[in-house]
Amino acid sequence: MATYLEINKKQVNEEKWEEPFYLNMGPQHPSTHGVLRLFLELEGETIVNCTPIIGYLHRGVEKLGENLNYNQAIVLSDRLDYIASAANNTAFALAFEKLMGLEVPRRAKLLRTIVCEMARICNHLLWLATHALDIGAMTVFLYCFRDREWLLNIYEKICGARLTHTYVRVGGVRQDFTQEIIDELYKFTEEFPPRIYDYETLIDVNRIWLKRTKGIAVVPPEDAINLGLTGPCLRGSGIAYDVRKFRPYDAYGEVDFVVPTGKNGDTYDRYRVRMEELRQANSIIRQCLDKLPETEGEPVVAEDAPDLLMPERIKKPEPKPVPKKGVIFRGADVPVVPPGEAFAAIESPKGELSVYVVSDGSSKPWRLRVRTPSFVHISAIPYMTKNHMIADLIAIIGTLDIVLGDSDR
Amino acid sequence: MGIEKNTVEIAPGIRQVPGTPVVISPIDKIINWARAGSMWPVTFGLACCAIEMMATGASHFDLDRYGIIFRATPRQADVLIVAGTVTKKMAPIVRRVYDQMPEPKYVIAMGSCACSGGIFKTYSVAQGADEFLPVDIYIPGCPPRPEALLFGLLTLQQKIKREAKKWGFWR
Repeated sequence: MATYLEINKKQVNEEKWEEPFYLNMGPQHPSTHGVLRLFLELEGETIVNCTPIIGYLHRGVEKLGENLNYNQAIVLSDRLDYIASAANNTAFALAFEKLMGLEVPRRAKLLRTIVCEMARICNHLLWLATHALDIGAMTVFLYCFRDREWLLNIYEKICGARLTHTYVRVGGVRQDFTQEIIDELYKFTEEFPPRIYDYETLIDVNRIWLKRTKGIAVVPPEDAINLGLTGPCLRGSGIAYDVRKFRPYDAYGEVDFVVPTGKNGDTYDRYRVRMEELRQANSIIRQCLDKLPETEGEPVVAEDAPDLLMPERIKKPEPKPVPKKGVIFRGADVPVVPPGEAFAAIESPKGELSVYVVSDGSSKPWRLRVRTPSFVHISAIPYMTKNHMIADLIAIIGTLDIVLGDSDR
Repeated sequence: MGIEKNTVEIAPGIRQVPGTPVVISPIDKIINWARAGSMWPVTFGLACCAIEMMATGASHFDLDRYGIIFRATPRQADVLIVAGTVTKKMAPIVRRVYDQMPEPKYVIAMGSCACSGGIFKTYSVAQGADEFLPVDIYIPGCPPRPEALLFGLLTLQQKIKREAKKWGFWR
């Protein structure tokens, strides 16, 4: 492929263009959700071909994770999909627990489910905000951020961080919810459903919104499977595949929820699926909160989970820490984790997120591999943009809900 | 001095002739005041911090009340907020965006990654935006809270109000 500059030079010199027009979009573009770069081949305003170029946010997270111990590697997972960190934490923790053979207490499972669903609401609100902003509805952006801010405040009460909360840890969660948080969450689940209705009244019957989303980027069910789409993008095409239902992890086996699906597989259906998921997430949080009193007083971390070395414990040196099972000391190659491999998949808000980890018996993972939904979804952009207008490209990037930190890792 | 006798100091270095709408001031002060009141950053998010940057601009924190309005193109912008990890692949593009901005221009390094590389000390990450950009304000945090970004922007306003002869093309 000739470079962009060479082609444009050629196009300027020739009076009649034989070749299609090439256009570069990104990495600095307000609606590419970060640093996605697209190389477009145009005919008039219609896209003939579109090549996504990624790697502008490649930070080497997998390699970095191989040099940290298991509890430290979870910190890196926050920075993958930074909109829904709790879901990433859970995926990592599940894989590590499988490797170590830990059984998580029921209360920790419920707490994890709550934070995961809160992450789903956060993610879908941010998705709706930016998607609507790209298409041209500014008001939705302000409304969504209002409610997102409320959730982030609750997160802050839970673990002290707004965005990158390493709340989920190997063997459970870091600390228990206080009564204040539970009350706040009850209040949120009371007030949130009418607000979803508010967003829908803003855009659902809006003629511009319908024109820009209906019939755009239609993906038939078989193509959606072949492209490897997961999450709301797959469910929008009418396939009710959800990891939470098919291979329940955490407390998803004991809660009651519906997997919403679309019919036509266009942008509008994917929007409807996500709006319905907001309601389902809200009800899941409610159900888990109702179940919390049953587990009152249980520990939130498995007994034989590896200890975290907190700073205050490092300060006052103990005689000589005796390596016992389940304790991971920083840098020490104490064989605490059995050699082997583990794989865990969860339903992150964007799609199926899976983690594969290989251990050689030391305190650090030997190989860490993350299969992220955004990476797969970006590979579907050429298929979805074919014969669409440039203006629709914005809607397509929005509807896939990609995060470049997730795809480039 | 006649000026001091007939005028009143209404702000440091600014004097008013009493009873008239006449104000005597160094031109630096007026221009810096205008610049500090309308800093327009580029909408340029790199990673996690971009989400906090959006949150700062959205309904709860509302940057518009400080005259800070996000612009989609570097040609209309004064401030580049480097929000997130700068990889070695991305660094030339960030630099190009900076070069496209008209003077006067300021750079804010937002987040640990943009300040020093943060936790990503790897083969692909530039260790700080100051390796290739003249950074005015550093905001540490992973990611910094919106209040921290607000404080950074207000500190930049103070910095702009103090400067003299930096850009100097009205002289």
